[in-house]
Amino acid sequence: MSRRERLAEHDRYREWEGGYRSYDIVKEACIAFGVMLALAVVLTILFSSPDEKPSTVQSWARTDPVDFVTTATTELDGSSDTGGYGPPYNHASDGQHILFVRPQKWLGVSHPVNTAQDFVLAPLRSITGPPALQTAVSAYESASSDQQAKWTTAYENGLAKATASAGSTAISVPAGNYGPLPTMMAGLLGFAQSGGLDGALLSSKQFYQTDYTKPLLFMADGGVLSNRAQAEHLLGGQWGMMNETGSYPGQVWLWLYTFWYQIKPFSTSANADILVMAIMGVLSLALILVPFIPGIRDIPRWIPIYKLIWRDHYRSLAR
Amino acid sequence: MSISEHEGPALEHEPRSWSGALRDWAVRTLPPEKALPDKQPSYVASWIYVFGVLSLSSLAVIILSGTILALKGPGWWHFTGIGRFFNSVHLWSVELFFFVMVIHLWGKYFMAAWRGGRKAVWITGAITFLVAIPCALTGYVSQQNFDAQWISTQAKDAMNAAGIGSFFNLLNFGQMYSYHILVLPAAVVAIVIGHILLVRKHGVVPPFKLPATTAAAGGDGAGPDAEVSAS
Repeated sequence: MSRRERLAEHDRYREWEGGYRSYDIVKEACIAFGVMLALAVVLTILFSSPDEKPSTVQSWARTDPVDFVTTATTELDGSSDTGGYGPPYNHASDGQHILFVRPQKWLGVSHPVNTAQDFVLAPLRSITGPPALQTAVSAYESASSDQQAKWTTAYENGLAKATASAGSTAISVPAGNYGPLPTMMAGLLGFAQSGGLDGALLSSKQFYQTDYTKPLLFMADGGVLSNRAQAEHLLGGQWGMMNETGSYPGQVWLWLYTFWYQIKPFSTSANADILVMAIMGVLSLALILVPFIPGIRDIPRWIPIYKLIWRDHYRSLAR
Repeated sequence: MSISEHEGPALEHEPRSWSGALRDWAVRTLPPEKALPDKQPSYVASWIYVFGVLSLSSLAVIILSGTILALKGPGWWHFTGIGRFFNSVHLWSVELFFFVMVIHLWGKYFMAAWRGGRKAVWITGAITFLVAIPCALTGYVSQQNFDAQWISTQAKDAMNAAGIGSFFNLLNFGQMYSYHILVLPAAVVAIVIGHILLVRKHGVVPPFKLPATTAAAGGDGAGPDAEVSAS
């Protein structure tokens, strides 16, 4: 369709010069509201809504102490996901990018997280009690970084063969040269199992707390959330973005967003998130600009679903 | 100067006030008979037209149930049956909202509803859909349950990768709750109001004119002449 034809079409469709029929917009709105309210209430009565209790650091440490201690050790040496994340949490990496576009790096560290200090050392320092624990923390802090790395590496290897004691109150790690780590981790495990670490991870400069960045990052580095998510079909590979706990519908409208994560190169790319965000950004812009995009704006003319929509109108004209 | 001195036709010769100018512009742009019509074009006779008002209605149910939840606080619905009821109404009205809105959007697409100077109507509708998505996301991460924990820790990576995470922290419940109950709903409602006003101003897009061959065969065209004759 040429530009002139399109302009002529716009003029043709600007004002309706044909017939009218009576209509009550207020009555229609009231009836529609009643219908949608009734539908929502009926669905509520039939299905209610899901509400799976949240995981806590305490419940994690009690049910899977080996995973908890393993995660805490990776936080201590910075090898956890959060430890190597980069902005907005730390400077361990530049984050994801597309060619030279690095928004993650450009926006910088806005929520600083030092995994060793925030998740392990500071909580251990807050424990007042056994002097051996504070001595162990001091020994670790005063050791060289090489020595610290040797201890944590050896301990992580040992943790691969560790077992939980009866009742999961402690863990048993094969003998090795772990330095002060067994004492430190036993102290941290006990602190977590008592519920103290949940509060310690939330501590900040004021009494009231609403920011759960640190405890959530800590738990996400372990298996406590992902194990539950897998059982609930919420993992990325399970199209989890549009699923919900139980059998409830989730954010189904995100189907296209999660679709990209299922296919290559996105499913295997280290920059998958920024690539998918970029694609969805372009597609979102395209949705807004449909009236201006040749081809896309012409499809309704080529696939005449409008004949179905306005069939009564066309029939009345034929008569 | 008494109030009575302002009464009567003498006012017509005085300079117009800003308020008067704004009122005149508003009435000229959207006359009352267009804003609250009691008639509509004869071609508006399909079930697909229902999904626009159903979208607005489900949005109203969302706001109503969400307001009750907000007034009682974010923890209320976890511990009381009535709280769970309103949370469920909120959840299902959101599901219904997206369901009917997507049908409305597809319907308008296949009507090419941007024709005849109605591009802004389409654009505001599309933006409403896109802004509603983060509005829902912030609701999911404000639930204070396992669902919120999982969604926030997963979705943060996309936000961080795009740089958005530096000022929009999905792991910060307080920030997300503010976005969910104030900033984003206000944005959705504001855009929807603009969308409705534009629809009322421009009216519902008229049908396509059928090709001449179809018209000759008896299907008839939808050009101005044909439309007038059909009225």
